[in-house]
Amino acid sequence: MVERIVSGAHYGLRDWLMQRITGVAMALYSLFMVAFLLTHQPLQFEEWSGLFHNQWMRLASLLFLLSLYLHAWVGVRDILMDYVHHTVLRLTLEALVILALVGCTAWSVQILWSIR
Amino acid sequence: MRFSIYRYNPETDSKPHMQDYELDIEAGNMMLLDAILLLKAQDETLSVRRSCREGVCGSDAMNINGRNGLACVTPLSGLKQPIELRPLPGQPVVRDLVVDLSQFYKQYRSIKPYLINNEPEPEIERLQSPEDREKLDGLYECILCACCSTACPSFWWNPDKFVGPAGLLQAYRFIADTRDQATNERLDNLEDPYRLFRCHSIMTCVDVCPKGLNPTGAIGKIKEMLVKRTV
Repeated sequence: MVERIVSGAHYGLRDWLMQRITGVAMALYSLFMVAFLLTHQPLQFEEWSGLFHNQWMRLASLLFLLSLYLHAWVGVRDILMDYVHHTVLRLTLEALVILALVGCTAWSVQILWSIR
Repeated sequence: MRFSIYRYNPETDSKPHMQDYELDIEAGNMMLLDAILLLKAQDETLSVRRSCREGVCGSDAMNINGRNGLACVTPLSGLKQPIELRPLPGQPVVRDLVVDLSQFYKQYRSIKPYLINNEPEPEIERLQSPEDREKLDGLYECILCACCSTACPSFWWNPDKFVGPAGLLQAYRFIADTRDQATNERLDNLEDPYRLFRCHSIMTCVDVCPKGLNPTGAIGKIKEMLVKRTV
């Protein structure tokens, strides 16, 4: 029996594009963080916690973390597609990664909004 | 000069081994293929493919000191001894340095490597402006030697699903051709997480291409066109 290869899933562009865009978003946030840390030396606890009392900083941090999780999702899925060729095993691993990242998202919200 | 060459005959050997050879020659202006042919005269059981011996046919692609290249255009003088010759990586070995490239050709076929134009054929050639013709530079020169695709880890892991750098360069060659009318269908055919997006832009294809072409660049152009038609 000849095994036919079925391909042509007609997706992939969105994930690829998302990885680029989230990469840029993370770079911008990281640059801001480096700039903040360099301009606030020696860093006092009040300044550091004060920064995160701002609602915009919480949102920016959440966007950074969401970017990180989406970026990681595309990257980890790429690795699994490259190396794990057993469909059921790959699907299981991908589902576990999604669950872990969704968990991380909820946890991130809880941490960011519990800062006093 | 000392050589260490991969030997394997699937019909008689249980596993491949490296065999040492020696040639009493000066490198001079000789190419690696000249030395291989001298070795073949010495030991006729050594199997190798070659034809044009000047980098046009692409049949003597092999792994030379860990790097894919064409033996006929690789100067002997630049190689560290013992010169280690292996077949192109990741492909089934037919014998010694000869590999079975069926998978590679299958991927090439899958991108429909011919002009698709449904208009009635003109009396003369389909003329292009010099500017349109220039768009094919760096694409049409590919000789399908398979150096790039067999150096690509993504092609090693998924040769049945990933088109590979050579196939994608050729795909873009027809996408870029202003006489071709199937651009959308071609992009549809490539918009797939395996067929196109297994490329992670690590650029080994660019590094090894004996014709100095840039498959990663062509793949980037394909992605760019996909983005343009989406957003």
